[in-house]
Amino acid sequence: MSEEEMMEEGGTVKRFMYVNRKAPIGTIYALESLEVVLIGAAFEQDVCMVFLDDGVYQLVKGMDTTELEMKNFSPTYRALEMYDVERLYVSKEAMEERGLTPDDLVVDVEVLDETQMGALMEEQDVILSF
Amino acid sequence: MKLAIQINEGPYQHEASDTAYQFVKAALAKGHEIFRVFFYHDGVNNGTRLTTPPQDDRNVVARWSELAEQHGIDLVVCVAAAQRRGIADADEAKRNGKDTDNIAPGFRISGLGQLIEAGIQSDRLVVFGD
Repeated sequence: MSEEEMMEEGGTVKRFMYVNRKAPIGTIYALESLEVVLIGAAFEQDVCMVFLDDGVYQLVKGMDTTELEMKNFSPTYRALEMYDVERLYVSKEAMEERGLTPDDLVVDVEVLDETQMGALMEEQDVILSF
Repeated sequence: MKLAIQINEGPYQHEASDTAYQFVKAALAKGHEIFRVFFYHDGVNNGTRLTTPPQDDRNVVARWSELAEQHGIDLVVCVAAAQRRGIADADEAKRNGKDTDNIAPGFRISGLGQLIEAGIQSDRLVVFGD
């Protein structure tokens, strides 16, 4: 039995949402939540990631952590599609509050307003928040 | 209902662990099943054996150990998060060249796959954090 088959848990596929609300720098939530997504990818569930509040900053282009002497994990967001994690959503309100547009981001995203975001959350089986 | 619990904060600094504990107790009293309690981010610090809190207040770590023993609850500490923060069992200590281990009774160290599996196998995953 392959590792993938073992991880399929008898074929159950659930809708998993990963909620990101924090900036990529200042706390570890962004980095460690990415680690969950990458490991979770092996379980072949129906996955999406949403970015709310300061979480939208996680996707901003041009991250340079040299002076901070910390790992720059921004490239990992671009690697997500290799793990079949392709549904990324950002909050319209969060982007506007911060003066951001999808062009400022390192990956393709869909912009959802509050109502749409709420509707998407309603559809999920498992919501992980960090 | 089969419940999975995720705890993202350490003891005392945040009260996430307290809230989760009270929730788990209430759920058990109502006849629900706790599939697993998964400690992530600073939550791994709930698994230290070396805590000596003041006698006149609750012992967050010890009561998790007690509850786990009483009800056969699976308390899992994430290995990656634990390595960063210095929580180790005997195997991890040996593997990483540390001179001691410090995991509290009733806790076990394992991978993020355990969190994903808990989400798949349970009816509901409830997250306690900041």
